[in-house]
Amino acid sequence: MKLRILPEGDAALLVQLEQEIRPDINARLAALVKLIRQQQIEGIVDLIPTYCALLVQYNPLVVSYDTLYQRISSIARMDIRTDEWHRTIWEIPVCYGGDFGPDLPAIAKHAGLSEQEVVRIHSGRDYLIYMLGFLPGFTYLGGLDERIHTPRLGTPRKRIPAGSVGIGGSQTGIYPMDSPGGWQLMGMTPVKTYDPERQNPILVEAGDYIRFVPISEEEFREIRAAVEAGAYRVTTRKGEK
Amino acid sequence: MGFRVLKGGLLTTVQDMGRTGYQSQGFGVGGVMDRRSFRIANMLLDNPENEAALECTLIGPTLEFTSPMIIALAGGDFRPELNDEPVKMYTAIYVKKGDVLHVGSARTGRCCYIAFSNYLSVPVALGSRSTNLKCGLGGFKGRRLEAGDYIETRIQRRQYLPYFLSRTLPLHEFDGDSAVIRVIMGPQQDRFSRKGIETFLSSEYTVSTDFDRMGVRLEGPFIETKHGSDIISDGIAYGAIQVPSHGKPIALMADRQTTGGYAKIAVVASVDMPKLAQRRTDDRVRFVPITVQQAQQLIREEEAELQELRSRIHRPCREVLEVRLTAKRIESLMEDGRAYAGS
Repeated sequence: MKLRILPEGDAALLVQLEQEIRPDINARLAALVKLIRQQQIEGIVDLIPTYCALLVQYNPLVVSYDTLYQRISSIARMDIRTDEWHRTIWEIPVCYGGDFGPDLPAIAKHAGLSEQEVVRIHSGRDYLIYMLGFLPGFTYLGGLDERIHTPRLGTPRKRIPAGSVGIGGSQTGIYPMDSPGGWQLMGMTPVKTYDPERQNPILVEAGDYIRFVPISEEEFREIRAAVEAGAYRVTTRKGEK
Repeated sequence: MGFRVLKGGLLTTVQDMGRTGYQSQGFGVGGVMDRRSFRIANMLLDNPENEAALECTLIGPTLEFTSPMIIALAGGDFRPELNDEPVKMYTAIYVKKGDVLHVGSARTGRCCYIAFSNYLSVPVALGSRSTNLKCGLGGFKGRRLEAGDYIETRIQRRQYLPYFLSRTLPLHEFDGDSAVIRVIMGPQQDRFSRKGIETFLSSEYTVSTDFDRMGVRLEGPFIETKHGSDIISDGIAYGAIQVPSHGKPIALMADRQTTGGYAKIAVVASVDMPKLAQRRTDDRVRFVPITVQQAQQLIREEEAELQELRSRIHRPCREVLEVRLTAKRIESLMEDGRAYAGS
């Protein structure tokens, strides 16, 4: 695997693959992360995989930069396979438009399409979760249809409610918690992608896919009630990679 | 068992060394801003190295103890007072039920730590007691301390600390208004022009008012890039120095986001992070490059120095020989003998 290893200070190093946002590069990165985890290298404190780079944080009193550089270089020379996995697709119910998606008319107007058409396009494909970051559980999704790319708001909102689904430029995603933000909001999911009370507070993982499934306001209320009662499970499908 | 918060101070939070292992899900590390002072505060009490403490910022809190315990303060000099009498920083202090600790405003530095022998009783969230203010996670109810809060301690009492009178260290005078901060260049220094890197390494930068637990923005000459500073978002290390399009460096501190999309010109050496965390508005800094190997050698040296401090507070002190002084210092122990004598 072609990569570059650089120090990021004295307690972290950055492993860079080709600096491009591409599913195959991201999959190779995920495979590398898996291998590094399997090796259980003493001194590694945390790993932050992103689109096409991996930040390895370590305790320099346990392992030096030079040693870790060697270890990771040799792991990278191993035969890394990415084709053997099956992907998980999370079906996230979304109620589009109305109060839940106040910017849907603006998104449709910008695209020169009807609101129904925008919803059909947005919910018509699986999005790869390239990485999580910014906020706990905030997903960086790839593959938004160019026809509905929409610039961010000129003035960000002070508070976007948790569960909001929006578009910011060429990206789309779900706000996991109340947060300020500049994305154009098109809908809301009753599902909690971040729930600090849950065993796994974060629902999804990098490398999984998300499919948005349109629901009515009534369904939204039903699912929300089930979520609050702890009786709702998000549907997942398995697909071939 | 614990203490009541009479005044919260400017920003007083429960912190430890932070929450690692969850950054790939977007949870920031958080934790203390000045790890060295935090460790010393715990060390003065023989606490576990990562035991949660209170981090005070610029103006400290006022606490009323509801049970006896031993505390220690380290970091910037916040001129603490116990029952209106000055008490020393960097010294184990015995407090009784009803005692009021007033932590004043910072004479030097910008944060200090209060460690407690009886340990703060706050839940562990994702492996840490640190307060994550953004998520309302960890610490005391996920937020800063406010007047009226009651913090319990986890254990009723600790064994009397051996060498109690030795448990004092010299006050750390954080450098005056100008400091040299050593950095390791990269990982994205190739995004900057030769001139940009020269500017960064030869200019004096001033600490702006934009300084919180997330990061500090520095004022000074514009740092030139080759083609803008946007990168494909990647992970951010503690102390990374980003340069957004405004050309002014931002050093990222404890509550930094896990990932970011601005080129990082350099990262502050771990041993100099306390120095940076203790800077005040209008203080000046200069950046000097060192290699990662040199920086790691400095970490080992600091570790040895901390070990030396630890052994210094575990030796009998000369003061014991001076009866009058000893009597004065153990007076409070005698008054409240029931709690500690013979234990």
